[in-house]
Amino acid sequence: MKKIKILFPFLLLLFFMACAPVKEYQKNKINDAEMVLGARKVEKPESNFQSYREGASGANGGKVGGGCGCN
Amino acid sequence: MKKICLSVIGLFCMFLSAFSQADESYHNQTLQVDEINLVSGYYNQTGDHSAVTGGIGSEKLNDISNVIDLQFVKWNDRDNKYNLGFELGVDHHTAASQAYVSATGASRNWGLRVYPSINWSVEKSNGLILGIGASYSHEYNYTSNNLNFEIGHVSKNKNTEINFRGNVFFDQVKLLEPSELRPKTIVTPGVTYTTASGNVISDDGESHGPKIPSSPRNTYAGSLTLSQVVTKNFQGELIVDGVAQKGFLSLPFHRVYFNNFDSAKIEKLPNTRFKFPVGVRLNYFLGDHIILRTYYRYYEDTWGIKANTASIEVPYKVSPFFSISPFYRYYEQSASPYFAPYKAHSVNDAYYTSNYEFSAFSSQYMGINIKITPKRGVFNVPAFNTLEIRYGRYSQTTGLQANNIAVSLKFK
Repeated sequence: MKKIKILFPFLLLLFFMACAPVKEYQKNKINDAEMVLGARKVEKPESNFQSYREGASGANGGKVGGGCGCN
Repeated sequence: MKKICLSVIGLFCMFLSAFSQADESYHNQTLQVDEINLVSGYYNQTGDHSAVTGGIGSEKLNDISNVIDLQFVKWNDRDNKYNLGFELGVDHHTAASQAYVSATGASRNWGLRVYPSINWSVEKSNGLILGIGASYSHEYNYTSNNLNFEIGHVSKNKNTEINFRGNVFFDQVKLLEPSELRPKTIVTPGVTYTTASGNVISDDGESHGPKIPSSPRNTYAGSLTLSQVVTKNFQGELIVDGVAQKGFLSLPFHRVYFNNFDSAKIEKLPNTRFKFPVGVRLNYFLGDHIILRTYYRYYEDTWGIKANTASIEVPYKVSPFFSISPFYRYYEQSASPYFAPYKAHSVNDAYYTSNYEFSAFSSQYMGINIKITPKRGVFNVPAFNTLEIRYGRYSQTTGLQANNIAVSLKFK
């Protein structure tokens, strides 16, 4: 079960990569600012407090270290 | 008449788009400001499980953060794009629990954190991405030095990108202990004793200011990201991280009270920790106005915490220049075996903490994001490209409640 959990994201990605390539002129929706992969700049304060208040962090393109979060 | 008007508008739009394409094909070969971002945030929280007072006591906290981010860009004659970024952040907080580092509640209840960083990267015309960076963070009881690098590749059709980022942090934790637990006497050559406030008094009776020792905490992190355009309205990203921490991973002013011991002790946690988070982002453009931004993360670490995070944000494009995005995030984690509440630990436990960050809980975070990107600039200021406001309400099953509001201004 654990192996399936670990392999699932990779299988998902392989499935995506097998799809027909999208041409540049077809990317007006993909290039929309709201479609950007990754967090918005304005999300920076909340990703900080979540990494301090919760046991888990990482895999979100954000903070992995630095800063105490002591309080 | 209506048709003529529409045709004129259509021709005007064609003219504008042709003009913008001409602009895009021009690549400046001198280093120029590409964009400036200002992000300000206000965060407040309440709760009753402060780790400073052993899992009981107020967690009331207010934090104001300000970050300025400058991005410079230039191109060379081989069509390589160079990016240079500077960032400076300053946070100011007040925390009720911080006053109780001193047993009487007389400690300073506020703190300041300053964190500058610099990053340089090149995106080569053959798709190769290389980058390096450094950052520094300083607050009264904690200093962090970071070096990072990235290497990546974008496919020729720009549908696939693979990126690896490495980070090393060399941190120092100041061993600022609760006043009743601080050593009253330190015998070193030429020095007589250390007072409860940390002042070192020498033989001649003169104070030489705070001399609180520090302990190292090192973090080594690797992050692999694979992103893929799947269809003309669907793209996804897979992020696999590995984080190793070594050194003093407890916090010296967190008290723990025991069921079989009279006085408190400082929390004790292992000096190594490995974290393995895996995240997936999927963004889908539904119709012409609605976008689905989804994220899921599974997390596991060697301190026994397993966590799931799932979030969804649904931007609704009222117009091409204005969007409203409600969002919702759910998080749940299992407890670390090193955690127990106030007076639940045994003094014989190998490791102990009453920090509720390591307890079993779930949290919900929901709110709204508003984004304005007028064609002529915000408030008709052409360089003022984007204004974004985001508010969220956070609640944990531990009783912690928080509000977060942030504003982002982008100048381009």
